[in-house]
Amino acid sequence: MDPSQGRKVVTESGIEIKPVYTAADVAGLDPGRPGEFPFTRGIHPEMYRKQPWTMRQYAGFGTPEQTNERFRALIAHGQNALNVAFDLPTQLGLDSDDPRAEGEVGRVGMAVDTLDDMERAFEGIPLGKVSTALTINAPALVLLAMHLAAAEAQGVPAADVRGTLQNDILKEFIGRGAWIYPAAPSVRLVADSIEYCAKSAPRYNAVSVCGYHLRESGATPAEEMALAFGIARTYIEAATARGVAVDEVAGKITFNLNVFGNLWEQVAKFRAGRKRWAAIVRAYGAKEAKSAQLRMLAGGGGGGLTIEEPENNIVRGAYYALAAALGGAQTMALCCYDEAYSIPTEKASLLSLRTMQILAEEVGLCDTADPLGGSYFVEALTAEMEKRILEAEGELRALGGMVRAIEEGTIQRKLARQAYESEKRLRSGEAPKIGVNRHVVEGAPAPAMATHPYDPSWAEKKVKELKSLRARRSSDAVGAAVDAVKRAAAGTENLVPPILAAVKARATVGEICGALKEVFGEFREPRF
Amino acid sequence: MPRPLRVLVAKPGLDGHDKGAKVVVQVLRDAGMEVVYTGLHASPEAVVKAAVEEDVDVVGLSILSGAHLPLCRRVCEGLRGTGKPVVLGGVVPQQDEEGLRALGVEAVFRMGAPFQEIVEWIRRRAGRSSPSPALK
Repeated sequence: MDPSQGRKVVTESGIEIKPVYTAADVAGLDPGRPGEFPFTRGIHPEMYRKQPWTMRQYAGFGTPEQTNERFRALIAHGQNALNVAFDLPTQLGLDSDDPRAEGEVGRVGMAVDTLDDMERAFEGIPLGKVSTALTINAPALVLLAMHLAAAEAQGVPAADVRGTLQNDILKEFIGRGAWIYPAAPSVRLVADSIEYCAKSAPRYNAVSVCGYHLRESGATPAEEMALAFGIARTYIEAATARGVAVDEVAGKITFNLNVFGNLWEQVAKFRAGRKRWAAIVRAYGAKEAKSAQLRMLAGGGGGGLTIEEPENNIVRGAYYALAAALGGAQTMALCCYDEAYSIPTEKASLLSLRTMQILAEEVGLCDTADPLGGSYFVEALTAEMEKRILEAEGELRALGGMVRAIEEGTIQRKLARQAYESEKRLRSGEAPKIGVNRHVVEGAPAPAMATHPYDPSWAEKKVKELKSLRARRSSDAVGAAVDAVKRAAAGTENLVPPILAAVKARATVGEICGALKEVFGEFREPRF
Repeated sequence: MPRPLRVLVAKPGLDGHDKGAKVVVQVLRDAGMEVVYTGLHASPEAVVKAAVEEDVDVVGLSILSGAHLPLCRRVCEGLRGTGKPVVLGGVVPQQDEEGLRALGVEAVFRMGAPFQEIVEWIRRRAGRSSPSPALK
């Protein structure tokens, strides 16, 4: 039976797919050349021929020492960049000995309390060479400061540190939920980081705007791009209002985008997204071509993976990586096949790395730039996708822009409704999912999965170390440094320098974030 | 007519993944139940307090961080003697189920659980059917 027979094929973004495309569908469309404005076909003239995508599996758990070991293993297996996972207490600005951290220390990522932890996590890893992404948002400035200070201790000046801070707090209010402060001061922190990196850490990307989590929370692919652009606009406007030139701001912003779903729609999303971003940045008055380039990490999305027949996720991950490569991603990371069970095991993480390596080195994905360029279908779909992105941008404007939509909860409610609808389609079988609603083996036993272990003694070790550090350090120096952070927060000066001084004095994540909370207050979640 | 079933959907702990919790809130509301949602970063004690104050029939917890054992322990201890059953959803390895049951968690629903199964479990456990939306 052909399931597409006799019915319309419509993508998640609402684009109807024709059975066949011809030259008539692309009349008047010129995607241009890769490496040239508006970069529809890619941001570099030769794309992967010159340099394959960066492979950056998300990793981190337990103590900094354990995470360091995992980092070294990934590098030994050929991974050329790092993406650091922090535990939930760190993500919410709490120390390992905070009562609210009970049971969470080192669980979904590495526990970091002080600069000593960051130094241990990167021991033997040259921070001027290995590009390192920090998946941290509300306390992003503290971890940026620790990253730069740890590099300095290795003899690497801030100007040479290669890093990417996730630092996209606005998406945390919509999906992922690791927020602390209200929206307005949160955006000010992002602007401070952009200004600081523009002036002092030119190789550091201050922000990675995450369409990824918006998509996971219920956005269609077109909305994923449009909402990410709405967030990025907020940061551009906040940073330029501080007096940073738009070309410098744009150069500090990257994107983290999702890849689950229909392969063609994802490829079209990336191509149309690049074109649209180039136009947005130019409209802000950017002069340099480089500023208009949408640089992205494409993440093989957890939203597409299933708990049923988990090995199928290995295959899904490979197709997501294929879509990311065909879409021209600069960096790639894949969710692992066991992530519906726990954070990934080492074996699963390595398998994801191998998946990307096979694509890049064995089967020819790096041979030529934008191999789908000129396809009647892909070019027509890219043009359609651009229209849908523009429509979704208009819908966001009608909600009053990103910050207002978040504060009023309109965008969260819209995506939650859409997530519910898509879960219904999955359960009704309208949205096909192999092993879930198609080709299901009735009565098959639940698979026995090896899951990533957790040992409460890691948290005990961490708490003991923290107590000993608190006793050793100069509490006068820490107190003065934290007070300076508080004063800066109450004023308008850039917060990175006083936070840098505080982390060097061995102030903890919890102490610095707590000081900011005293000044800024806390975000109040809209009712649902 | 009896009052509709009341359910607390809670996100105890620090995990911020709320898509599943919000889907379940909508499922239960569509089934005619009254649902109170705690929002993110609720302490186990706040969950217990909300369950008692809101006089709910069933407490549904959503935890995806892996910290379900320590968090469920604190919620279940707080609810002991109130007669309010606790049910869990999220990323929960099979091997933890026995420990969860020992703490007092009566059912675990994972990713992809059929909506009707969740609704029927709650109705059965609360000992009655809530009025269907069509009858309201």
